[in-house]
Amino acid sequence: MASQQRYLTGKLFQALITLLFILTFNFFLFRVLPGDPIRLLTKGAGQRLTPVEQQALREELGVDKPIFPGQYVQYMGQTLRLDLGVSSIVAPGESVTSLFFEKFPKTLFLVGLSTAASIMIGVVLGIYGGWKRGQAVDLGSMTGSLVLYSIPEFVLGIMLLLLFSNALGLFPSGGFESAVGDRAGLDRWIDILHHAFLPWLTLTLAFIGEFFLVMRSSLLDVLGEEYISLARAKGLREKYVLRRHAVRNALLPTVTLIALSFGFVLGGAITVELVFSYPGVGLMSFEALEARDFALLQGTFLFFSIGVLLANLTADLLYAYIDPRVRTS
Amino acid sequence: MKVDDPPTVESPALEIRSARRIKWTRRRTAAKRFWREYRRSTLGMVGLVILVLFIALAFSSIFVDKSALSKTAVTEESIAPCTFVTLPCAPNSTHLLGTDADGRSVLALVIEGSRVSLLVGFAAAAITMVIGAMVGILAGYRGRVSDTVLMRTTDFFLVIPWLPLAIVLAAILGQNIFVLIAIIGFTSWPSTARLVRAQTLSVKEHSYVERSRALGATNSQVISRHILPNVMPVIFANTILTVAIAILSESALSFLGLGDPRRVTWGTMIDAAFDAGAISIGAWWWLLAPSLCIVLVVLAFMLCGYALDEIINPRIRER
Repeated sequence: MASQQRYLTGKLFQALITLLFILTFNFFLFRVLPGDPIRLLTKGAGQRLTPVEQQALREELGVDKPIFPGQYVQYMGQTLRLDLGVSSIVAPGESVTSLFFEKFPKTLFLVGLSTAASIMIGVVLGIYGGWKRGQAVDLGSMTGSLVLYSIPEFVLGIMLLLLFSNALGLFPSGGFESAVGDRAGLDRWIDILHHAFLPWLTLTLAFIGEFFLVMRSSLLDVLGEEYISLARAKGLREKYVLRRHAVRNALLPTVTLIALSFGFVLGGAITVELVFSYPGVGLMSFEALEARDFALLQGTFLFFSIGVLLANLTADLLYAYIDPRVRTS
Repeated sequence: MKVDDPPTVESPALEIRSARRIKWTRRRTAAKRFWREYRRSTLGMVGLVILVLFIALAFSSIFVDKSALSKTAVTEESIAPCTFVTLPCAPNSTHLLGTDADGRSVLALVIEGSRVSLLVGFAAAAITMVIGAMVGILAGYRGRVSDTVLMRTTDFFLVIPWLPLAIVLAAILGQNIFVLIAIIGFTSWPSTARLVRAQTLSVKEHSYVERSRALGATNSQVISRHILPNVMPVIFANTILTVAIAILSESALSFLGLGDPRRVTWGTMIDAAFDAGAISIGAWWWLLAPSLCIVLVVLAFMLCGYALDEIINPRIRER
């Protein structure tokens, strides 16, 4: 039990250090890089500020102080209070934090459902492929996975749109729900699901390949271990060996790798939300990019990083629960 | 202390030459054996053929008339049998892959794009390889504090989501092809570094490394003579996969409008088509051609990478 506790505190401590790193990195990224922060923040706002106004803005943002420690301390304090400034162009005057959390549920809905589906399909196929290594099933799913892995998410989305929306007219071309008429209750939900189906399918298909390859190679590593030979030598049935010995151990590294891949899933969400004009945080960060709304861009980047950090922490905690070496010793 | 004399006390130059010859023969046999094994992999060969074709296409772009790519060169005749009103023009006998909304041939654009897209992929992968190999070997070989510091940094960069980071960097640094290469190269090294470190750790334990150190070899000698040659195959296989990822990265950044506006890549083509509403007007050819190129090239690199991995990776090979 003691070792589990030590493991957990260690992981939590590590995550805190990484969080500190992320905050510091985010701070310097937007300050050390060339350009006056005031100009960056007001660029494209369509107005020239008077020197007095500029000075006022400098004081408000704290950029009149030296970068370290003055600005840094102020930034840390504000960030810990979740005060990430206001959007300058995309939604002038609105707080970045509230904008993010307004859009976040939609992205979570899309990314959560698609990731769950692609993990399930990828892992099951990976187990099967690794087990039947070299046979038709394996070669088939291997080729399929490599093809899916090679297609950028946005290309897949565009192709699905061309086929199912433009040519066949089965699905709407984008958005979160239809604007026409006030749908309520079940009707509205069906409409939302109808809109979400193609982006969901895109993200699901795009990441099946990733999870398949990870699971398959992890299972192959385990199948070469001596305890598998021992289990077989004991005369255990092949299926039992696979289920009780091989898969259980092969899942451990897979959990870590899946958590790390969340960063890529988020990246995929940005391009896919753009293709389907799905109004989530991905589309918002694209709008912030287009308009060079730096406060919003910086804020979404910070939230994305923290999101991946949390996913990794969750995987580590899950590890403590499923890895018997951590759990019982 | 006199064992038998060397049969003939020849000039040292001759001895060196023969040693070199032995080395060359050895290398040639190794290369032949490698090629024999590689040829057995059907998927690997498919990948190699596609790759060679695309590299030939990229080279041929040097000879293609660049004036056809300029929007001002488009005339009434050059877009026949279409007219300016019916642009973008669907595939026909003059324009095998159709035209874009400006009347430029999609085929010519795709060929031009192959050069820049491949170039970005190779250049960015080279940066990734050098940084990843240096960090990995240094961390694995030096151990202790260097290892901890370098691997903590690597882990930190692994957690930072790639695309949002690249977007932020591109937005701040501006849009040109060299910035794009640098961004992709300098943000993709962490996984290479981890891989190289793991391989270095296992090579370091071999007794010949210890022996050469006992004979007074310096760190840089051990690294260049023993560690690097043994880690190289892994780095090489990984670099092939890195090129694939770099091409995917370039296409994603270009699709988000962060590509170099003065150059044609497959990614910027898709971006232009998407922005012009090619989906809603059903101009599939404009989107399909560059998309297919990206998928084929990336797939070819992946297939080659996996075939190499099957040969090089001793753990897979034993089974």
